[in-house]
Amino acid sequence: MSVDAATVRKIASLARIAVTDGDVEAMVPELNNILGWIEQLGEVDTDGVAPLAAVIPNHQRLREDVVTDGNIRDKVLANAPQAEHGFFAVPKVIE
Amino acid sequence: MSSYRIQGATGEWEVVIGLEVHAQVVSNAKLFSGASAAFGAQPNQSVSLVDAAMPGMLPVPNEECIRQAVKTGMALGAEINRWSRFDRKNYFYADLPQGYQISQLYHPLVGEGTITIDADEKAGIAEARTIGVERLHVEQDAGKLMHDQHPTRSYVDLNRSGVALMEIVSKPDMRSPSEAGAYLRKLRSILRYVGSCDGNMEEGSMRADVNVSVRKPGDPFGTRTETKNVNSIRFVMAAIESEANRQVDVIEGGGTIVQETRLYDPDRNETRSMRSKEDAHDYRYFPDPDLLPLELSEEFVAQCRAELPELPDAKRARYEGELGLPAYNAAVLTSDVETARWFEALLDATGKPGAEVARAASNWLISDLFGALNRLGKAIDESPVSPKQGAELLALVADGTLSGTLAKQVFEIMLETGDDPAKIVEERGLKQTSDTGAIEAVIAEVMAANADKVAEYRGGKDKLFGFFVGQTMKAMGGKANPGVVNELLKKALG
Repeated sequence: MSVDAATVRKIASLARIAVTDGDVEAMVPELNNILGWIEQLGEVDTDGVAPLAAVIPNHQRLREDVVTDGNIRDKVLANAPQAEHGFFAVPKVIE
Repeated sequence: MSSYRIQGATGEWEVVIGLEVHAQVVSNAKLFSGASAAFGAQPNQSVSLVDAAMPGMLPVPNEECIRQAVKTGMALGAEINRWSRFDRKNYFYADLPQGYQISQLYHPLVGEGTITIDADEKAGIAEARTIGVERLHVEQDAGKLMHDQHPTRSYVDLNRSGVALMEIVSKPDMRSPSEAGAYLRKLRSILRYVGSCDGNMEEGSMRADVNVSVRKPGDPFGTRTETKNVNSIRFVMAAIESEANRQVDVIEGGGTIVQETRLYDPDRNETRSMRSKEDAHDYRYFPDPDLLPLELSEEFVAQCRAELPELPDAKRARYEGELGLPAYNAAVLTSDVETARWFEALLDATGKPGAEVARAASNWLISDLFGALNRLGKAIDESPVSPKQGAELLALVADGTLSGTLAKQVFEIMLETGDDPAKIVEERGLKQTSDTGAIEAVIAEVMAANADKVAEYRGGKDKLFGFFVGQTMKAMGGKANPGVVNELLKKALG
């Protein structure tokens, strides 16, 4: 698998990252190198090996259904560039 | 198979429908945080730093949300996957602070199940049909955007952000708007029985994405479109009809259907393309590294099964079998869990074996109580008359204290005053009389006043018997025992 300049631009746009033509030119071989290394892993025979979710054997812990958080609006909004009447205020996004 | 067809210029078209329902899980806290999941808080007050996606915050799944989803899966007769996993669905939108939704794509919590929709001749559903459910998984809800509060800004409220949803995906098994409506009603009924979702579409706790395609009968599936976030059963049915007709027009006009996301506009009764969702199918899902796979113990699964209530289909079969109710009554009483609960409380309050009182009780509930509630615009759990009072009223009819007519009068007074029926009967002297002396006296008066009719009756005009019953009852203020009146009249008229 390899990527071309168009794919890099598409990925960047999906990730909302602005890239210049120069960035794209540099990134195509860089990403293809990374993909090459990952493809090497495909050479290992993993038939019958279960996917590993975590290196340390562990189980997902679950939480009790109790309200323990919230009512911290000032903290939630503290870093917002703009907040009004307790809401985040963002550039208008409407269909 | 449904006979629903769209008549096009080139002949008949069959409609193929699949539904993805998002049902909000009933829980105290959110799916991955300890903030409240309740409606109605001040903006951004039911938000933790996890829900606001502050850096370094980690999600921890809420056991109750998992339990609710597992129970719902069981109610759909579905496979419960002991091992499931959370994935990130990546997209950017102002109501999604994480930049991804935690969902389950590759390994959902619940596998294939079924929902049976009942025959409904009026709706064109000739026989009961089983609709396949593809899967059920849990995921996070997004926040809410408000666009009308400011000329150039949208306001974001994250109170809904992170609330648990079940996404229930059907197979493309439905063939008419009516079948889709019946599927949604049945699903809502099941969710409400289980108690995993309140099923309130108006408040947005249940919404549907509607997949529609058309084909000539017998052909393979056509290309489908997905109409997002339709929020009432009526709109789902209307959206299917308008979208299917649009597709037929496009194809017959020489065009092709594009697989795309559309929006239903109820004011114009049409669907339109959501161009902003062009990238919508490029979600770059991957396993969420913040969460380990979800592994369910057999003990947990067994506990969920033990907590499962009697479900609508089973209850309905029992009402017909054990209680001997007509199919119609059983269907009406079991379609909503609140009605079934009220009915069972009513039977309990009679203190008699169910089979003995069920028929009279069900008739009274369906005609008298429902009629009154409709008039008052109240739901059954807001009934001004309690099941215990209902049972007392039924007992007064059963022992002959009240005739049917008197019972209706007493019931009206109960609705107004909230008093017990026995008290009303006592205070207002509404007791039915079987006093033969009093009834005979009135009959004599009625006959004297209508000597001509008596002669006609005796001359063979049998139909007049009803007239004499009516006159006698009227003269006695409706309080005479109709059986006794009939008997005495027959004797007197000879």
